[in-house]
Amino acid sequence: MTSGPALVSILRQGPYLIASVHTALDDSEMVRFQHDLVDQIGEHRSRGVIIDVAALDVLDSFGSRTLRQIAEMARLRGASTVIVGIQPDVALAMVQLGMGTGSVPTALDLEEGLDYLNSRIGHTRSSPSRGPDLAP
Amino acid sequence: MSEDSQGTVGDIPRQRGHDEDQLLPQLVAHLREHRTKLRQEWASRIQDTHLLEAMTPQEMVAETTSVYDNYVEVLETGSVEALQHYARDLSERIIPRGVETHEVVGIVLLLRDVLARSLFEKYQGEFALLDRVLDAYEPAANRIANTVAVSFVDERERVIRQQQDAIRELSTPVLPVRERLLILPIIGVLDSERARQLTEQLLSGIRTHRARVVVIDITGAPDVDAKVANHLVQTVDASRLMGASVIITGLSPKIAQTLVTIGVDLSKMNTIGDLQGGLEEAERLLGYTVTREDGAAIA
Repeated sequence: MTSGPALVSILRQGPYLIASVHTALDDSEMVRFQHDLVDQIGEHRSRGVIIDVAALDVLDSFGSRTLRQIAEMARLRGASTVIVGIQPDVALAMVQLGMGTGSVPTALDLEEGLDYLNSRIGHTRSSPSRGPDLAP
Repeated sequence: MSEDSQGTVGDIPRQRGHDEDQLLPQLVAHLREHRTKLRQEWASRIQDTHLLEAMTPQEMVAETTSVYDNYVEVLETGSVEALQHYARDLSERIIPRGVETHEVVGIVLLLRDVLARSLFEKYQGEFALLDRVLDAYEPAANRIANTVAVSFVDERERVIRQQQDAIRELSTPVLPVRERLLILPIIGVLDSERARQLTEQLLSGIRTHRARVVVIDITGAPDVDAKVANHLVQTVDASRLMGASVIITGLSPKIAQTLVTIGVDLSKMNTIGDLQGGLEEAERLLGYTVTREDGAAIA
């Protein structure tokens, strides 16, 4: 596993964890991110995880599979995951290559992701409910 | 022996070439002299063969006269440039009226025959001369027929290209109707190039307008084949990755039957009958309720 400065910042925001990916991750960095995140969910007793990939202009099949796995692991640890900030080009490329996020919900950006988790988990502190969830 | 034959062979073309110099003007003069009669004969042959029925009798007279004059002029000068211009111009006028390639080629060949027949009549007493006249006439006539046909087809292809460009440039607007709600009406034939453009526009539209719901209305798309359907599925998936749900509306009965018969998997698509229903569903998803001023809720 690689060491050194983390390429993903994992911040706590109330009951949620916000993981921002700053740069393209290679496979081992992806695995390190996965470990860090799953560790921290338990540490902070988080109920939701937002993974922000807005800075990525490419997401390969390993990357999207790892994201799906992280979401499943997070679910097992009691947190729901939403992936936010997929760029148009990335979205199109992912679809054309036949890799998606599976059953992991997605949202436009961080704000939308927070809205989604709020409506889903029932914490409505930061904004009023926006109705049922949109992208299952 | 061989020298002799070479000499003879060499002599004939020289003589012929000299003759041809005189033959063509002679021929042209003959055609000019009998212009009215030949043109009328040609026009009646065109009518007999039911060509150019899209044109009125007056137009026929005008067009056949100018075609005739152009024809004779080419025979005289040997230059097809003016004819090329004229043929392109003529094609531009008659293509929109549904004149077909076979008709254009047909009338030019008819004129060629009418003129050849008249030459035949004039020179039928002197076979050697007739032979040389036809030698001079035929290549020129063939070149004319060729030029007219090629000009017509060129013009047709230009029109087709122009129309294709026009179709491609038909804009596919991404329209915000409410906050977070976009509609994308698709009008006209979708080929893969257009479908790709459309997907890109939609995805960037989702980002710009921060859309959560998109209604794609395909009422205006005449046909959807497997390829286009897969594009639609991809567009829906890509939109979902950007956090927007897509509702497809306006699938005609014919398209619905086609898609199911050819087995496109549309199980992930949220489809609703018409645009109105799609907008209502979108509003429901976004938590809007539309109420009338008198208080009655509109379902």
